[in-house]
Amino acid sequence: MSLLVRYAEQSRPPLRFFLDGQPQTALSGDTLLTAILTCANRLRQSEFTGENRAGFCLMGACQDCWVQVRRGNGPVERLRACSTLLEDGMSLSTSPAAPPVMTGDLP
Amino acid sequence: MNSPVSTPLRPVIIGAGPAGVRAAVTLAAAGLRPILIDEAARPGGQIYRQPPAGMTRPPEALYGFEAAKARAIHTALAPYAGQIEHRTDTLVWNIERGALDLMHRTADGQPVSTVLPYDSLILATGATDRILPLPGWTRPGVYTLGGAQIALKAQGCGIGQRVVFAGTGPLLYLIAYQYAKAGATVAAVLDTAPFANRIRALPGLLNCPDTLLKGLYYTAWLTLHGVPLHSGVILREVAGPEGAVSALHWRDSHGQDRETACDGIGLGYGLRSETQLADLAGCSFSFNDLHRVWLPDRDAAGRTSVTGVYVAGDGAGIAGADAAEAAGERAALALLQDRGLSVDTARITVLDRRIARFRRFSAALWTAFPVPAGWAQDLPDSMTLCRCEEITVGTLRRTVQADAPTELNRLKALSRIGMGRCQGRMCGVAAAEVLAHETGRPVSAIARLRPQPPIKPLPAATIPADTAGEATP
Repeated sequence: MSLLVRYAEQSRPPLRFFLDGQPQTALSGDTLLTAILTCANRLRQSEFTGENRAGFCLMGACQDCWVQVRRGNGPVERLRACSTLLEDGMSLSTSPAAPPVMTGDLP
Repeated sequence: MNSPVSTPLRPVIIGAGPAGVRAAVTLAAAGLRPILIDEAARPGGQIYRQPPAGMTRPPEALYGFEAAKARAIHTALAPYAGQIEHRTDTLVWNIERGALDLMHRTADGQPVSTVLPYDSLILATGATDRILPLPGWTRPGVYTLGGAQIALKAQGCGIGQRVVFAGTGPLLYLIAYQYAKAGATVAAVLDTAPFANRIRALPGLLNCPDTLLKGLYYTAWLTLHGVPLHSGVILREVAGPEGAVSALHWRDSHGQDRETACDGIGLGYGLRSETQLADLAGCSFSFNDLHRVWLPDRDAAGRTSVTGVYVAGDGAGIAGADAAEAAGERAALALLQDRGLSVDTARITVLDRRIARFRRFSAALWTAFPVPAGWAQDLPDSMTLCRCEEITVGTLRRTVQADAPTELNRLKALSRIGMGRCQGRMCGVAAAEVLAHETGRPVSAIARLRPQPPIKPLPAATIPADTAGEATP
């Protein structure tokens, strides 16, 4: 189900996060884009057709990787996944639904 | 505007890639205290992009033959830490009335906008991939060539296990080599440029024999390792089940339809300069026949039509990282001269020669890897051209038939092409080719998309802060 493949730098410390409400694991230094696409096959859905998108340019130009992020029980933010680093415990959404508040313990 | 001889403001450089870093260091060495602004957290630009802290591969593993140059750019600012103010993670989102609008985030993530007045400004804004879409290009698994490379060097990830690199340009071969070395299967390299173009470009390419040799090395390495390389192809369609890539359909140089199974595709047709800020700064532009895009007018040193505004590096026309280093230094020397400061004229002669040689080389690269002729004529109406708002080629054709726009901004107003979040960075080149083809006019005659501030999306929660300018040299 993952879209990106890890080829190197795999001995970094793990980070835990929630993706559409499910606990997942990524690595310290991962962007949101890397964290999501090494677990799943989309970042977001198009506002027009609903088709899956997974970013395109990875350098902050195409604007096709904005995702909804929540830290703890804070407000929902929209962040560009290719240029934002993952933080432990973030709750991310790859659909139009807001990322759920996930305050319970991560596995 | 302030007189440059009384109390000049600190010079401002936008972009911390090879051009911006060399410009900053040159100004600092002359005793000035430049402000260097960049969207990234660490210097290097996209070409020498540094992975986040905590990654362990050495520059040799990330940048190959260019490791020494990358390391030099990464470490160049440190000796001038007290003189160069490096504002990282900062977006310049507008230029208006002699001041920059900047956005950065505070430690708790709050986006804040500040105003920075300038009287000298070096724009080293770099480039992104030049994209010509094909049916299916919005599917997850299709990335720009530059994006495919960034995934690997900044994150240690590839865009698939079995990858095709398609389009044209020298990056195709470099990135295919880097992926194969990393352990990916490179299913094919599909170049739309006929091989004969490379033979024709050879005399010009000999201006930079080292770079030419590296290109030949990558090509030979790929051939030796059984990677299929095809030239003169036509890219037809990205195919697969919904939301995924399983194959690229293409036509070979003999007219035979073919299909290559893959789960990732890197796509690009050379690079395209990021010129929005030069436009907002009021610089005049001209159409460049070689690059087939509008570029800011500049003299050999990088002076634009606006006094005190300079352009350097790929943002001023694509010429590559080595040329960008020379042009960044050259623009900084021009700035010093224009402030009445003494400069090393022998150094200027060396740089001017070097820059001229790089330009001849880069001109030959456009001969070797041109935008495919007639690209716009066979596109299906159903193909998405604008990935932001999913506007199709058919919509553009119907708009041209119904309303007869002859200029790109008019077509934008009528169809919303180029009006989405990327402001035409991904679709602008293609939209210009389609409009030119549909109206039977040359691309040079249909103008360019006007940039609009903010040049990239800002969070609605961005709060304005006080003016952050300082009046020290």
